Amino acid sequence: MSRITRSLSELFGYDPKKPGPDDYKPGAKELHAFQRTDAETKKRVEGIRIEIAEKQQNPTGEKLRLKRWAVLIFVNVLFLISWKLDIQLLEGAITGSRFVGFHMADVNSALQVVMAFKHVVLNLVIGFTTVFIAWWLLGGRTFCSWACPYHLLAEWAEILHLKLVEKKLVKDHPFDRRARTWFWIIFAVLALVSGYTVYETISPTGILSRALIYGPGLAMIWVALLLLFEIFYSRRAWCRYACPIGLTYGIVGTTSPLIIRYELSSCFHEGECRKVCLVPHVLDTVIKGRARDEEVEIGADCTRCGRCVDTCPTGSLKFKFKGLGNLL
Amino acid sequence: MAHKHKDGKKRPMTPMKRRKFMRTLVMGAGLIGTSLLGFIPVLGRWKERVRPPGALKEQEFLASCIKCGQCVQVCPVNAIKLADLDDGFGIGTPYLDTREQSCDFSCDGLQCVLACPTGALAHELNYPHETDMGIARVVRQESCLAVNGKGFKGQVRGPDYKGLLRYEEIDRWSPIRVSEHPYDLELCDLCVRQCPIEQRADQCDAGKPPSGDENQCPPKRAIRLVEIDNEDGVRRMKPEILDGCVGCGVCEMICPLEESVFVMDVVESRGWAA
Repeated sequence: MSRITRSLSELFGYDPKKPGPDDYKPGAKELHAFQRTDAETKKRVEGIRIEIAEKQQNPTGEKLRLKRWAVLIFVNVLFLISWKLDIQLLEGAITGSRFVGFHMADVNSALQVVMAFKHVVLNLVIGFTTVFIAWWLLGGRTFCSWACPYHLLAEWAEILHLKLVEKKLVKDHPFDRRARTWFWIIFAVLALVSGYTVYETISPTGILSRALIYGPGLAMIWVALLLLFEIFYSRRAWCRYACPIGLTYGIVGTTSPLIIRYELSSCFHEGECRKVCLVPHVLDTVIKGRARDEEVEIGADCTRCGRCVDTCPTGSLKFKFKGLGNLL
Repeated sequence: MAHKHKDGKKRPMTPMKRRKFMRTLVMGAGLIGTSLLGFIPVLGRWKERVRPPGALKEQEFLASCIKCGQCVQVCPVNAIKLADLDDGFGIGTPYLDTREQSCDFSCDGLQCVLACPTGALAHELNYPHETDMGIARVVRQESCLAVNGKGFKGQVRGPDYKGLLRYEEIDRWSPIRVSEHPYDLELCDLCVRQCPIEQRADQCDAGKPPSGDENQCPPKRAIRLVEIDNEDGVRRMKPEILDGCVGCGVCEMICPLEESVFVMDVVESRGWAA
């Protein structure tokens, strides 16, 4: 299986497959064997001990996360500012807009409209293409963690959820990740058959974007219910198991040049990255013995939020723009 | 419940996997079910919405609108609102509450139509008289000031009313608050006087079409006052809606009574074909 097919299969909800004996590149095979030696194991255990001690003494926090939140808030508030100050910089809402007059259309919303309406509108084609190229360059699901307004609220709900889990007051109930693929298909069929953009009715992304710009309404109750569900029942449920927008952008970013790159040689396999990750299955490769190569590109379901990069104590995960080298 | 293992043999799901599978089914059914609730307000016609100029026929309009509100942002009189969750599949679609704020075509160029990225507001539409938002209907003729032979003096709908209208003689480019434009009329004719179609037709009759463009001239009149019985010597007139009415709602909005003499009917045939 090639990297792309593996990436897509994870995106569609299948569990990552453990590499078979023949799936390793020679370099990776050597490294795994080397890491299994007694001396190396000792070194790693000692290294992790030092890391923990350092972390306790000097907690660094997540710098990139705050920057990302700032970007996300800026993007969303720009719609409002642009309108209220009448500067015509970014008009509309996240589903469809004009950036300095140039059409932009959310890829998923545009697909919903085309499927329900059954006409191809030129402006939508322009908007769709522009946004498609932009998010392809930036990594597809980058939309989720850097632009989607629901993602931000869901992150805050997740913080609460994890606190409650820590206090053993609630438990995370995972769902089958293939559900998201089914939702995508069902909402596509519903749009085609009913002639209505059914998904938009419950899309927290659209609802929140409009609420921020045009004022909140009844639809916020739905968003609140989703957040409560995530706090008390299932961690990040909407983004992980339901949102068709996430899947759409995941597909857009499958071949994106902007990726998170994993380096096997420096990794201690602490698993810190997987604890913070929205989509930990994409980090399956960091588990000891799983990396197929010395360097591995993280799959398309990754939202490029950078929390793993920020959290990794050994700097084994980095942003990379292919052809440009390491970014952070 | 069984699924294939590596050796190809089918084995029963572990209880944990089984619970996860069931939970996923329930969640999925719940989510799809919730989204389909959006059908109810649409099929039940809970809201008969007056849509902005150029709106396609309702079903096509709901399908093609991308729910972005660009039309809201360009409207100079803030006439356009976005529907909420109780509109079901119509969530996020634009509509007008014409009594509160009607479309007075003060943008002339139909800015909402130009702003629409999906053609849910048909781009073929160029002039106000081509609009087809609905049609006005007289519902309270008995209370109409003109029918009762009365005039009107003062602020239409009081000092706190926030509605906007463009008064060409005051400022061609910016609408002002109706409350800032008091009237003194011997016989109330506000519905005819402020009708954007009538105003354009009058300008054309006077040989001065809007923007000097003959195409701006409405081919049909929209509303008029007709004389009625005046046995007691009091001059009385009643409003009559004509074929040229586009349903913009200015008459409904400008009617100074507690309850407007007019309502906007969203007619079945309304809307442009996609």
